[in-house]
Amino acid sequence: MTTPMTMFEKVWAAHEVVPETADTPAVIFVDLHLTHEVTSPQAFSVLRERGLRLRRPDLTLATMDHATPTRTEQVFGGAPITIDSAAKQIRQLEKNCADFGVELLGMQHRDRGIVHIIGPELGVTQPGKTIVCGDSHTSTHGAFGALAFGIGTTEVGHVMATQCLLQNKARTFGVEVEGLLQPGVTPKDLILAIIGKVGVSGGTGHVFEYRGAAVRAMSMEQRMTVCNMSIEAGARAGMIAPDDTTYAYLEGRARVPKGAAWQEALQRWRQLPTDAGAVFDRSVTIDAAALEPMITYGTNPGMVVPISSRIPDHRGDPVFDAAMRYMGLNPGEPIQDAPINVVFVGSCTNGRISDLRAAAAVLRGHKVAPGVHMLVVPGSQDVKRAAEAEGLDVVFREAGADWRESGCSMCLGMNGDTVAKGQYSVSTSNRNFEGRQGVGARTLLASPETAAASAIRGRVTDPRELMNG
Amino acid sequence: MQPIKTIRSTTVVMPSTNIDTDQIIPGRFLTTTTKEGLGEQLFADWRYDASGAIRPDFILNQPAAKGCRILVAGRNVGCGSSREHAPWALLDYGFLAVVSTEIADIFRNNSLKNGLLPVIVDEATHAWLLANPGAEVTIDLESTTLTLPDGRSVRFPIASFPRYCLLNGVDELGFLLAKDPAIRAYEARHAQ
Repeated sequence: MTTPMTMFEKVWAAHEVVPETADTPAVIFVDLHLTHEVTSPQAFSVLRERGLRLRRPDLTLATMDHATPTRTEQVFGGAPITIDSAAKQIRQLEKNCADFGVELLGMQHRDRGIVHIIGPELGVTQPGKTIVCGDSHTSTHGAFGALAFGIGTTEVGHVMATQCLLQNKARTFGVEVEGLLQPGVTPKDLILAIIGKVGVSGGTGHVFEYRGAAVRAMSMEQRMTVCNMSIEAGARAGMIAPDDTTYAYLEGRARVPKGAAWQEALQRWRQLPTDAGAVFDRSVTIDAAALEPMITYGTNPGMVVPISSRIPDHRGDPVFDAAMRYMGLNPGEPIQDAPINVVFVGSCTNGRISDLRAAAAVLRGHKVAPGVHMLVVPGSQDVKRAAEAEGLDVVFREAGADWRESGCSMCLGMNGDTVAKGQYSVSTSNRNFEGRQGVGARTLLASPETAAASAIRGRVTDPRELMNG
Repeated sequence: MQPIKTIRSTTVVMPSTNIDTDQIIPGRFLTTTTKEGLGEQLFADWRYDASGAIRPDFILNQPAAKGCRILVAGRNVGCGSSREHAPWALLDYGFLAVVSTEIADIFRNNSLKNGLLPVIVDEATHAWLLANPGAEVTIDLESTTLTLPDGRSVRFPIASFPRYCLLNGVDELGFLLAKDPAIRAYEARHAQ
């Protein structure tokens, strides 16, 4: 009888080119390398310096998202990109892709978007694959039962040159999510609660596998939101076993196998889920049914509370005190009703069509509060077209929100879409670190529903107050 | 990459836990296409105010920090973004080692690949280092020890492969490239 294996162990074993030894890490084959303008230029330079070719252009896909403008006149109208160095970086990616034969979904390409949104959309993200990218939110692709993790630029160069990485095997961490989420409580709230429980370094050295009834009930887009933020608990990767929901999402997408090859792929994918009796190195259990909408109050994603509760009081803890000073909030105060200035809906966490639908459903028939700037940035051009076909752009515009072209935008403010010093932003993105959305910006992470409700009221608002009449 | 054997230096102490890579180097400085010169922007929003003037109370702006090669940081240093610009900036500034009780995975990997030594120590040693900023410490990679000024030594964990690469100034790409036959065989087995 064979030893029961976790899904991670199965995917790992299937990609060992050379197994780990006492003296050397394993050589692991990479099935898909996604790359973008910010973390690739120095890796292409290494190829040039050493006279190396890029080994597998057929397994490499490039796009531009981090530093790209979101204003239509800059993306399509030829207006100059505001930040010179960003424009130069974009041109460098175009040259690098041309020189090394890499497919680039460039500035005006209809399939361009945030790298973690377009992989699944195109169907290049598939169960059982190893997927890497020079971006920590590569964990998103784990929603399909892929082993997907972020790497640094040196490793980007390794993959370009050899299609392999040197890796030590991670430990496994089962995240059991029992029960079902209540109406108005979203996968974003779930993952924020998990990070709050496990802590921002609780997953270090581990790969999460999200399991249980609440996970099974989620759509693929919702599963991506959960896996996306695995890194915020310190885990490099988070995985969800593929099932019929996964296969239904993938079937018929542009780059998914067709016909007999599809049937064959299904056969393989059905072997991936963790075997009964397999043991995780660690595990945690969360009761989904007990959760309410969550929102962060501090300067890391683990500083999070249920929206109806008060900011905790950990005075004397230097990290907490520094966070309170930076955020300009007070221990013991209700987080609800804190005034806000900016609302951002978008990012690889919550920039998919279902996220925009959720925000629009709350916003429909309402106005963004006076003095609040709401920015809605679709995760990809495909999401943008889908939203416009449904009239969601009209809902956002009529409410007074700003509707843009796709990109990472205000999640990290690299392209100039920033929050001003001292201002409060309710953001559907993934990081509330000091300065993340702009120098001195104060970020409160929440779901699209909470973001939209807060935009209407001009203060932190429980979306359930505005839902279903 | 320069081989690393022994690092002997006074320490700079930044006791905050969870110092993320957005603090080490803010995102707006990532629109560069080279690795050079990032030391100027290291901890930019803690070192400089909005007008670009130096904040004198920040540790790196104090005279005692000059020439220090060892950064002692609070638990879980380097969390967040995978940007390798973080170790590039620390190295360009002059740091050669980062010491903590816990170092985030991607930052730790990125540091090892650039010759910035991640040193994980026990709570008691860490507490002593936090309480004694500016202490002269010796980190020896050959014996994988960190030695305090009173002669007390503690071992730190490091896998044998990156240790070998750092001791010999070898980069890992050469090792991977030499695996070409095994990679070819794998590709042949998996060709559709």
